[in-house]
Amino acid sequence: MLVEGIKSRPVYMGLSIQPRARRHIFALEGEGAHALLDRKAALDSTALSRSEILYAPRGSQGKGNDEALRALGADMFFAAPTIATLLFRLRGTLTTAHMGTRLYIAGTEGFIGQAMIVALDHGMDHASVITEHRGSLARRVQCVHCKGVTEDVTHSPFPCGHCGLPLLVRDHYSRRLGAFQGVNIDAEEPGSAPDPEELFL
Amino acid sequence: MSGGTEIPVRVTKVTPVAHRIKRFRFERLDGRPMPYFSGGAHVIVSMNDNGHLRRNAYSLMSPPYDCSAYEISVLHVDDSRGGSSFMHEKVREGDEMRVSHPVNLFQPDWRGRKHLLIAGGIGITPFIAMMEQFSREGAQFELHYAIRSRDRGAYCEDLVAHYGRHRVKIYCDAEDNRIPVARLLDSQPLGTHLYVCGPAGLIDGVLKSGLESGWPEQNLHSERFLSSQPGKPFSIELTRSGKTVHVGHHESMLEAIESAGVDAPFLCRGGACGQCETRVALCDGKLLHNDVYLTDEEKASGRKVMLCVSRFEGKTLHLDL
Repeated sequence: MLVEGIKSRPVYMGLSIQPRARRHIFALEGEGAHALLDRKAALDSTALSRSEILYAPRGSQGKGNDEALRALGADMFFAAPTIATLLFRLRGTLTTAHMGTRLYIAGTEGFIGQAMIVALDHGMDHASVITEHRGSLARRVQCVHCKGVTEDVTHSPFPCGHCGLPLLVRDHYSRRLGAFQGVNIDAEEPGSAPDPEELFL
Repeated sequence: MSGGTEIPVRVTKVTPVAHRIKRFRFERLDGRPMPYFSGGAHVIVSMNDNGHLRRNAYSLMSPPYDCSAYEISVLHVDDSRGGSSFMHEKVREGDEMRVSHPVNLFQPDWRGRKHLLIAGGIGITPFIAMMEQFSREGAQFELHYAIRSRDRGAYCEDLVAHYGRHRVKIYCDAEDNRIPVARLLDSQPLGTHLYVCGPAGLIDGVLKSGLESGWPEQNLHSERFLSSQPGKPFSIELTRSGKTVHVGHHESMLEAIESAGVDAPFLCRGGACGQCETRVALCDGKLLHNDVYLTDEEKASGRKVMLCVSRFEGKTLHLDL
């Protein structure tokens, strides 16, 4: 019961390494590590010497992704315990960055959205940021009623984590908030919400 | 009418600015305010040259929020097709003319954290209006302006005096100064947008260096007005209006079609905006695409043509007009 065909639904084109970039910043989360590891062939010594990798393992903790990323031998590698820590570090990096720096983001949509907000805050054009969706399809959803954001939503409708209203998850996406929009599904007839379907595993 | 309704104006001032460059001030005949525009916008000036209609695009250079008049600067080009010669030789203060409503195909990206402007010669004009707007909005900008010689460089001293040496840099060819493009590109903070306007060689060079320095294409902006190039005369059939139009050596298809009394769509008349895109019904010969609007695939398909700057060589061309 997903509302589809909405233009704001982001499209993730995949991590293509830009050979002419003067600096590569990789912000990776969970299974997003493989988006970079799978492109090892495109990373020559010049590209690696210009690369900074920021990684938050989250659900992929213990799978050895961080060791594999560290072993690439990039100029800098930072393993972050949480997304918040990674984003704090990313902010620091972008604050002093110059044009010619390209940002690559890979992981779940919720992570891509949050890292993208940091990029936009630093004046980057969203179309110039290179993204790849890896891992769970779980969504980050804003309740349009109470404005609370619920992370890792896998079902629709689902109860808002803040106000408790049953929310229909739409494809309508806000780049500013890095979140899909959730709309109350039984406003006219409270209690008439259909059963939740697992749509975003 | 195509190109939007025109505004009847009076030329209230003609000022010589530099070698072969004059500034023209237009005020409305009805005394009402001019429409607001945004920095980077241009108008199409219609010239009645002894019954022959000429229309050229000129960037607006007066402050965008000043509705009392529009100002443009015109370079008298050496190989003028007639427009710039007419402006320089025939137009006098007090004359009545017509200008289009403003159109902006060179809009600054207001999300940018800094704006890097690169101008060559008369390409300075859109930036004069842009800088007024940047400075009023408190946006960070820098102008790098290349001129051939001091007597040919319009507004150099004015701009330096107004915005300061830290924001306006002049490079004079005759004094062997060139814009250090590669160094500039390497030292810009993240979130900078670049805008270039001037001769084709400068625009091509700057855009190429930009990509080579790892800049994303989204941050590189340019404006080039092409003028219709002379070529072999040819004839076209207009399938809807049932007319045969002859396009002369120095004429563009658009001009010939307009002279034949057919109202063809247009906006920029310089191969940039896409408004005059026309469907080709039949083509036995070769379309000479001179625009920067159609993609290479569209040009190769031979099914569309931009009337304002492109030409044709061959036997038969039928257009859906």
